[in-house]
Amino acid sequence: MTAGFGFRNVPRIACMVVIVAGFLSLGSLLPDSNPLSVSPFIVTLVGKYLAYAMLAVAVDLVWGFAGILTLGHAAFFALGGYAMGMYLTREIGTRGVYGNPDLPDFMVFLSWKSLPWYWWGSNHILMAIVLVFLVPGILAGLFGWLAFRSRVSGVYLSIVTQALTYALMLAFFQNGLGFGGNNGLTDFKDILGFDLHSQTTRATMLVFSALLLAGTMIGARWLVSGRFGRLLIAVRDAESRTRFLGYRPEQVKLLVWVVSAMIAALGGALYVIQVGIINPGEFAPANSIESVIWVAVGGRGTICGAVIGAVLVNFGKTLLTAWLPEAWLYGLGLLFILTTLFLPEGLMGLGHQVMRRRAEVTPEVTQTEGDAES
Amino acid sequence: MRDIRWRLALATIILTASGYMAVSPVQAQTDTPSAIQRQADQPAAPAPVVAVTPAPDAYSGLASTHFDVIAASIAQIGSQETPQAHDTLKALASHHLFAGNDGHALYIHDGDGWRDVRTGIPASPDPNQVHPVRVNNRVRLALAEVQAGQALVTGTPAQRLAAASRLAEHPDPALLLLVDHALDTSHDAALDATLKRAKAAIILSPGAPVSNPATLLAAVASLRAQGGLTSRAVLAGFAGNETAPTQARDAARHAMASIDRREKIWALGQQAFYGLSLGSVLLLVAMGLAITFGVMGVINMAHGELVMLGAYTTYLVQKGVLAVAPGLSGFTLVLAAPAAFVVCSAIGVLIERSLIRFLYGRPLETLLATWGLSLIIQQAVRSVFGSTNVAVSTPGWLSGAFQLGGMTITMNRLAIMLFAAAVMVALMLVLRRTALGLEMRAVTQNRRMATLMGIRTARVDALTFALGSGVAGLAGVAVSQIDNVSPNLGQGYIIDSFLVVVFGGVGNLWGTLAAAMTLGIGGKTLEPLLGAVSGKILLLVLVIVFIQRCPRGMFPLRGRGIES
Repeated sequence: MTAGFGFRNVPRIACMVVIVAGFLSLGSLLPDSNPLSVSPFIVTLVGKYLAYAMLAVAVDLVWGFAGILTLGHAAFFALGGYAMGMYLTREIGTRGVYGNPDLPDFMVFLSWKSLPWYWWGSNHILMAIVLVFLVPGILAGLFGWLAFRSRVSGVYLSIVTQALTYALMLAFFQNGLGFGGNNGLTDFKDILGFDLHSQTTRATMLVFSALLLAGTMIGARWLVSGRFGRLLIAVRDAESRTRFLGYRPEQVKLLVWVVSAMIAALGGALYVIQVGIINPGEFAPANSIESVIWVAVGGRGTICGAVIGAVLVNFGKTLLTAWLPEAWLYGLGLLFILTTLFLPEGLMGLGHQVMRRRAEVTPEVTQTEGDAES
Repeated sequence: MRDIRWRLALATIILTASGYMAVSPVQAQTDTPSAIQRQADQPAAPAPVVAVTPAPDAYSGLASTHFDVIAASIAQIGSQETPQAHDTLKALASHHLFAGNDGHALYIHDGDGWRDVRTGIPASPDPNQVHPVRVNNRVRLALAEVQAGQALVTGTPAQRLAAASRLAEHPDPALLLLVDHALDTSHDAALDATLKRAKAAIILSPGAPVSNPATLLAAVASLRAQGGLTSRAVLAGFAGNETAPTQARDAARHAMASIDRREKIWALGQQAFYGLSLGSVLLLVAMGLAITFGVMGVINMAHGELVMLGAYTTYLVQKGVLAVAPGLSGFTLVLAAPAAFVVCSAIGVLIERSLIRFLYGRPLETLLATWGLSLIIQQAVRSVFGSTNVAVSTPGWLSGAFQLGGMTITMNRLAIMLFAAAVMVALMLVLRRTALGLEMRAVTQNRRMATLMGIRTARVDALTFALGSGVAGLAGVAVSQIDNVSPNLGQGYIIDSFLVVVFGGVGNLWGTLAAAMTLGIGGKTLEPLLGAVSGKILLLVLVIVFIQRCPRGMFPLRGRGIES
C-alpha cells in the first residue's frame, strides 16, 4: 500500500544524501585555489537544508502515514534547538561579553544571580542530548495523549497544534523565561572543545547530519512498514473501522506522534549547531505550515519526498530571496496552491507515474485521497 | 508659612465678599462692605489723568515696595471683573507691568509699547522713573490664587470645572470661602460635584481652619459618596493626620474601604467593557470564518487577509470621499461598510470558484491552498500599498469617550460592539429567514442528504463563501478604526479567530458569540493578573485543554451526518 516510488527508494536516496554531503565536506576542506573547492557558505547552507529535511521527515511521518495535519511541528524543532542551544551557550564560558563563568550573557544582563533550575546540567553534552529528545517527547506525549484520547482530529487538531506553537512562541519571547527572550541563544563558540567556526568542524557536522538524516529515513521507513505500518495506514484511512476491529488507534497515533516530535527535535538540534542561532521566531506558526508544504511538494507518505521537497523548496527560497526578495512570498504562495491543485501526490507521485508508464510493473494502488476526516 | 496662609485667608475673605458684590447685588446689600471693599469698587471710573496728588486706589498697592502690600493689592484687583483688572494681572504674570517710582503710576509695557494701566491710554514715561513691579514667591502665590479664584467664579464653565478639579487634587484652605461661593452660584451638576469634592478636600486638608467634628464628618461622607482615587487620597491623608479627631479619622478609614470596594467593582466593570469590546472584534472577525467552516468544513486561512482587504477598502473609500466630496468625510464609514462587503464577497466568490471548488472533500489540502493564497494577497497588498501602515482616520462622532460612573467608555469601542451586534443579527436573519439560509443550514447538517433533496450544493458553497468573505470585509471596516492598517493586519487576528470558531463549535453562531465573548473577557481578565503575554499564553493553553475535553467545541452540532 505504501510501496510508492519514493518509499521504495528510501535506502537509495539516503545513500545519496550521505554521498553528496561527503563530497561537499571534502570539497570544503580543499584550498580555495582548487576548482573543486566548496565555500563554507555552501556547507552551512546544506547543513541547514538537512536539518529542515529532518523536520520534513517528522512531518511526513504524522501527516503522510497517520493523517494528522500538524501545523505545530516547528514547536518541537525549536525546542530541540533550544535544548542544544543551552549546551552551546554554556560552552561559551568566560568568553562571553561579560566573561561570567557560570551565567550566559543575557542572564548577567538581566542581573540574575544564578542559573534557573532547568539549566541544571546543561554544561554536559549528554544532558543536552537527553533534553533534546526528552522535552519535546514529553510535550508531544502529553499533548497527543490528551488529543487522541478525546478523538480530536482533522481541522480541529491542526488548529490546536498551531495554537500550541503560537503559545510557545509568545512564551519564549519573554525575557523572564530564561532563554534569552527576543534574541534567543547565539554567539556560540565551540562544541565538545572543537571550534564551531573552523572548516573541519563544519565539514564534520555536515557529514554527521547527513548520516543522522539517512539513519532517520531508514528508521522511519522501518517503523511504517511491516505490521505497525499497516496498522498506521489503517488508522489513517479508516480510523473508526480500525477501532471496531479491536485496535487502539489513539495508541498507534500517539506512538508515531511522539517519535515524530523527537525526530523534529533532532533536526532542531542539528540546525542550531550549524546555523549558530536559535530564537523564538523559529516557533512561528508560519514555519510549521511551511514545513508541511515541503512534504506536499515532495509527496506525502514517501519519506524521500519529504527530504527532496525540503531541500528543493529551501534551495528555491535561498535563490529567490537573494535575487528577487519580493517574489519569494508569491512563489511560496503559488507553490502551496499549485501543489495542492495539480500535484496532490507531489514530485514522488509524478515520478511514480513516470516509472509505471515506462516499465510495465503491476499497477499499484495509489494511496487514497481524503483523510476520511471532515 | 502659617502666617502667610492666614493672610491669604484674610485676603480671600475680602475677595469673596467683593465677589458677592459683583455677582449678586441682592446679597451684597446684606453684607457690610469693608473699607477696602469700597476702595475696590472705585476704579471702575477712570481716574483723572493729570492728578497732582492722585488718590490711592486698589492699583496703587502694586507700585509699593512692600511685598505684603503688593499681594493684598493683587487680591483686591482680582475681585474686580473689569477687563482692566484682568489685563493688569496678566501683565504682572508675564512681567510686563511697571510701576512709577512715585508709588502710584502703573504702566503696561508689552509689544504695543507703554500704556497707562488705569486709563488704557498710551503713555511715554521716563524709563528711569519706572521699575518692574516687584515679585517674590508670596506675590506669585497671591497671583495664582487670584487667578484660580477668577477661573472658579468668572471663568467659562470648562475653566471653572478645571479650576475646581485642580483644587480637589491640591486643596488650598485659603480658597474655602471661594469654593462655597462658587457652589452657591453653580448650576451645573458636574461642576457642583467637583466643587463639593474640592470643598471636602479643603476641609480635610492638614492646614484647614476647620475642626468641628460634624463638618469633618460631613466632608468625609461627601467624599465617600463621590468616590474616586483623588477622594481616596484625601481621605488617606486625613486618616493619617494625628491631630484630627479620632471619630472623624475612623469615619475616613471606613470611607476609604468603601471607596476601595466601589473602585474594585467599577474596575471589574471597566474590564468587562474591555473584554466585551475585544470579544466583539473577535466575533466580527470569526463570524465569517464560522459560516464557511460550518458549511464547507474548510478553515479558510486567507480569512485574515480578507479582513485586511476590508480595511484597505475603507482606506480607499476614505481617499475617494476626500477627493470627491470632502464635506461627507464624516460618513466615510457608512459608505465603506457596503463597499467592503461587496469587494470582499466578490473576491470570496473568485477564491471559491477558482481554488476551493477543486479541493472539496480534502479539508486539509484546502487549508494549505488558502494559506498559500493568504501569502499571495499579503504580498500583493504590500506591493501596491507599501508595507507601512496607511492612515485611516476616525470620524469625529466616533472619537472621544464619556464617563459612565467610574468607567471610561470610548466611542469607537462602543460603536464596534453595536456594529458586531448588528452584523450578528443580520447574519442570523439571513440564516433563519431566507431560502439561502435554509439551504446553508441543510448543507451544514448533512451535505449528501441536502444534495439528494435537490439543493445545488455548489451554488450554496459559492454563496456561503461570498457571505463569509463579505462579513470579513465588514470586520475589516471595524478593525481599521482600532488597529494599524498594514499588510500584516490579518495575521494578528487569524489564530484568535480560528480558536473562536473551534472553541464555539461548528455551524452555530451562538457558539461563536459565546466563544468570542469568553475569549475576550477571559483575555482581559487574565491580562492584569498575569501580564498581557502570559495571560494570552494561559488562555491559549486553556483553550487547547478545553478542545481536548470537548473536541467539537462548546456547542457541537449533533446528528448522524456529522461524524465522518
